[in-house]
Amino acid sequence: MIPDPTGKRWHDMGGDLAGPVPGDDHDFALWEKRVDALVILSGLKGVFTVDGLRRVLEDMGEDAFETMTYYERWVASLNQNMLEQGVYTVAELGARIEAVQARGTTYGEATDAGA
Amino acid sequence: MPHDHHDHDGLSPSGHPYRADQDTGLSYWQAMEIAVRELMVEKGIVTEAEVAAQIDAMDARSPAQGAAVVARAWVDPAFRDRLLADGSAASAEMGFDVGPMRLIAVENTEDVHNVVVCTLCSCYPRNLLGLPPDWYKSRAYRSRTVREPRKVLREFGLELPEATTVRVHDSTADMRYIVVPARPAGTEGMDEAALAALVTRDSMIGVGVAKAP
Repeated sequence: MIPDPTGKRWHDMGGDLAGPVPGDDHDFALWEKRVDALVILSGLKGVFTVDGLRRVLEDMGEDAFETMTYYERWVASLNQNMLEQGVYTVAELGARIEAVQARGTTYGEATDAGA
Repeated sequence: MPHDHHDHDGLSPSGHPYRADQDTGLSYWQAMEIAVRELMVEKGIVTEAEVAAQIDAMDARSPAQGAAVVARAWVDPAFRDRLLADGSAASAEMGFDVGPMRLIAVENTEDVHNVVVCTLCSCYPRNLLGLPPDWYKSRAYRSRTVREPRKVLREFGLELPEATTVRVHDSTADMRYIVVPARPAGTEGMDEAALAALVTRDSMIGVGVAKAP
């Protein structure tokens, strides 16, 4: 994408035109609450800051904002920060995701089997 | 919709529908959450108990906490002054820990209406009100609230007189705002608990006003 000549990035959307404010709301699913908790705990423990969270969210670009849900983007950012901090490797992550997916076809099956 | 593994009717305990992807097949991002959490536990970053406790703490936060603060400000002028001077300290006085973020309370008056947005992301006084609603994080709310606030407020059913000054506050990662709505008429003599019941989440974001008694 061609950079905005003013230096404004996609996430700096204050003042843009847009459609009506959506009225929908939802209760958070367990996996979403867990993502939230892991991000907050990472901050409290000094593993990474809210700035680290936002840097990755903003670098994901506008397409991610439009196509992924809020906590999908958060878990992607959490993961990127963990990788950057060297908490685990890309190989460890890949192997674990495969193992999780092999446990079952629903979130409940996949998360409980690992406990 | 496949729904044979739940003993409820598809609604959460608070009566809202769960997001569709809770009940359908394991998504890639859900698998990533499980994987990341397990690796963080194995590497000693967090424990499962800490994750569960953090979720419980977040679940316990709700607009009722903010409403209690507002009701106190309505009945106690000295507290109101302290709240407007330092929102974090005044909330802590009531036992509500708002964390390291600076909390700024802005008061609606006869002439001024305040509304809060986060144009850059989704900053919200979550320690006092709980997690933000979906619309607060939407492109439409983030973009338009600073451009045409009256029009946005109208979409929430709030029509303000032309003479009313509308002040829009843009939150940041380090600074959160809460609106102290105006005390409704006809509430003289009501006690703090009854007053708090009139204070809605939306009135503390500024897209609504306190309920009439």
